[in-house]
Amino acid sequence: MIPLREIAFARSGDKGSSANIAVFARTPAAYGWLRGHLTEAAVEAYFRPLGVGRVTRYDVPNLEAVNFVLTGVLAGGGSRSLRVDAQGKALGMALLELQVDYPESK
Amino acid sequence: MPPALKIGNASGFWGDQPGAPARLVAEQPDLDYLTLDYLAEVSLSIMASMRAQDPAAGYARDFVDAVRSLCPFWSAGGRTKVVTNAGGLDPEACARACVAVLRAANLAHLRVAAVAGDDVLATLKSAAGGFASLDTGAPLSTVAARLVTANAYLGAGVIADALLAGADIVITGRVADPSLTVGPCAARFGWSAADHDSLAGATVAGHLVECGTQACGGYSTDWLDLADNLSIGFPVAEVSADGSCVVTKPAGSGGAVSVQTVKEQLLYEVGDPGSYLSPDATVSFLTLRAEAVGADRVRVSGATGRAPPDSYKVSATYRDGYRAHGMVTVFGHDAVRKARRAGDGVLHRLRREGCVFRETLVECLGTGASVRGIASRMSDTHLVETVLRVSVAADEREPVERFAKEIAPLVTCGPQGVTGYASGRPKVLPIFGYWPTLVPRSAVAPSFRIVNAARP
Repeated sequence: MIPLREIAFARSGDKGSSANIAVFARTPAAYGWLRGHLTEAAVEAYFRPLGVGRVTRYDVPNLEAVNFVLTGVLAGGGSRSLRVDAQGKALGMALLELQVDYPESK
Repeated sequence: MPPALKIGNASGFWGDQPGAPARLVAEQPDLDYLTLDYLAEVSLSIMASMRAQDPAAGYARDFVDAVRSLCPFWSAGGRTKVVTNAGGLDPEACARACVAVLRAANLAHLRVAAVAGDDVLATLKSAAGGFASLDTGAPLSTVAARLVTANAYLGAGVIADALLAGADIVITGRVADPSLTVGPCAARFGWSAADHDSLAGATVAGHLVECGTQACGGYSTDWLDLADNLSIGFPVAEVSADGSCVVTKPAGSGGAVSVQTVKEQLLYEVGDPGSYLSPDATVSFLTLRAEAVGADRVRVSGATGRAPPDSYKVSATYRDGYRAHGMVTVFGHDAVRKARRAGDGVLHRLRREGCVFRETLVECLGTGASVRGIASRMSDTHLVETVLRVSVAADEREPVERFAKEIAPLVTCGPQGVTGYASGRPKVLPIFGYWPTLVPRSAVAPSFRIVNAARP
C-alpha cells in the first residue's frame, strides 16, 4: 500500500458548502488506475466523518484527471462553518494520504 | 493575426500581497492589462457590514492604494490598463477615490470607468416568489427579510464597452472573475457574443490567472519542491485572437509555470468540467490541451464554448447571527486531553451563566483537526503541544461577546502550560448566509460611466 500522493497530485476548492477535489495522475498508468479504482463510493466513504453528502466524479481524460464534487462537506462553508478548514483547503491534501493498493509493476 | 494580448493578474483575493501590482508591472512593463480580483463569494457582505459603520467603505480600499502604487509607473510612461472588481458595492465611490489619487499624481488624463447594474437587491426584495436557493431549493421568503446583498455576476460585455470608450481603468462590482480577462480580449479582438469558442478560450485564460500565484505554483501539491518558492511570480496570460493562451510569469520571479501547476489551477473550484458556466460562454474543459512550449510557458488551447445561460447567477447574502473563534496553545504531557477539557470548560461556564449557542466546536490543532476523523491516524497521546481552538455561533451578538471574554482566563484557571494567548480577545464576526440564485438577463441592465470625462 502506498499513499495516493505518490501517483497523483490534487487541488481542492470551495463552492458554498460544497467542495471539489481534482486529482491528477502523475503518469498515464496512474491515470488508468485512478479511473478504475478511485470511485465515488471510495471517496464518499473516506470523507464520511466530515458529513459529506452526494459525491460525483467527473472524468477529465484530456488532463489525466478525475474531479470530485463533494456536496455539503464544508458544514456551511466559508461564511458560516466553525471548522478551522471552512473552505476545504486541506481536502486535497487529505485525499492524497489515502492508502491505495497500487501495483508496483506500474 | 494580431499580436497576443498580455494580461497579468496581481491580486487573487481581497487581502493578497499589497506590493504585487507595482512589482508585476516593474517586472513586465509591456503588459497590456493588469487584472485585480478582490471579490470572493461573501466579500460583498463584509463590505456591507463595513459600510454600516462608514458609508464610504463599500468597496475594496486596498485598490486605491494599488492605484497609488502604480502612479510612478504610469508617470514614467507605462501604458498598462487596469480592470478590477474592487468596486464592490460602490464602484462609483471607488472610481472617485482613484480619480483623486490620479489627480494628485498629475495623471488626470487617465480615464476611470465605473460599472453599474449588478446590484439586484431591490429586485429580490420586491419579488413575490421565485429566486429559490440553487444549493437547497428553499424559497427566498425564508431569508428575504434578512437579505444584505444580492449581486448578479455580470459578464465581459460591459467591460469591453468601457474600454472601447477609452477607459484606462475599469472598476466593476460583481462580475464573473474570468470576465475581467475576457473583457479586454473581446475589446481588442472584436469578438461578438456569438464567438463562443474564442470567448470560452479567454474564459479559461481568465480562470487560470484570477487566483494570482496559484497558476505559478502557489497552493500546489509539490510546493516545497518549487524553485524559489519564497517569491512566486504572479501570472501573465498571453491571449491570442482565437482565445488560446500561453500562461507564463515574469523572468526572474519564483515558482514555476508547468503543465502540473496549470492543470491544478484549471480545475480549481470547478464542478462539471464539461459545462463551466460563465455569463460569456458555457465552456467545456474536456477539449483543452495543456502543453509546455518553453521555460515557464504553457500553452492552453482547444476550449470549446456554447451560448451562455439566459439568466445571470446571483450571489445573495443574508444576516444569520454571529460567531467567534478563540485560540490558545497548550504545552505539556497529555496536552490534547488537557486542551479538550479546558475548551469544554469554557463552554460549560458560559452555558451555566445562561448563554445560548446554536453551535459550538472544540478543536485541537495538531491532531488532524482540519479533516477531523480522517487524517489523524496518529495517536493524540504522544503530542507534547496542541493549539486549542474553541468556536461558537449564536443568533444574538451578546453571548458571542461574552464568549470572547472567556478565552484568556484559561491562563489562570486552565492547565499549566497554557500559553500563546497574547493576541487579544477573539473578534466577534457576523455570519452571512450564502444564497446563490438566478435572475433573468432581461431584469439586469449593465452600464458604465467614465467618471472623469469632460462634461459637455
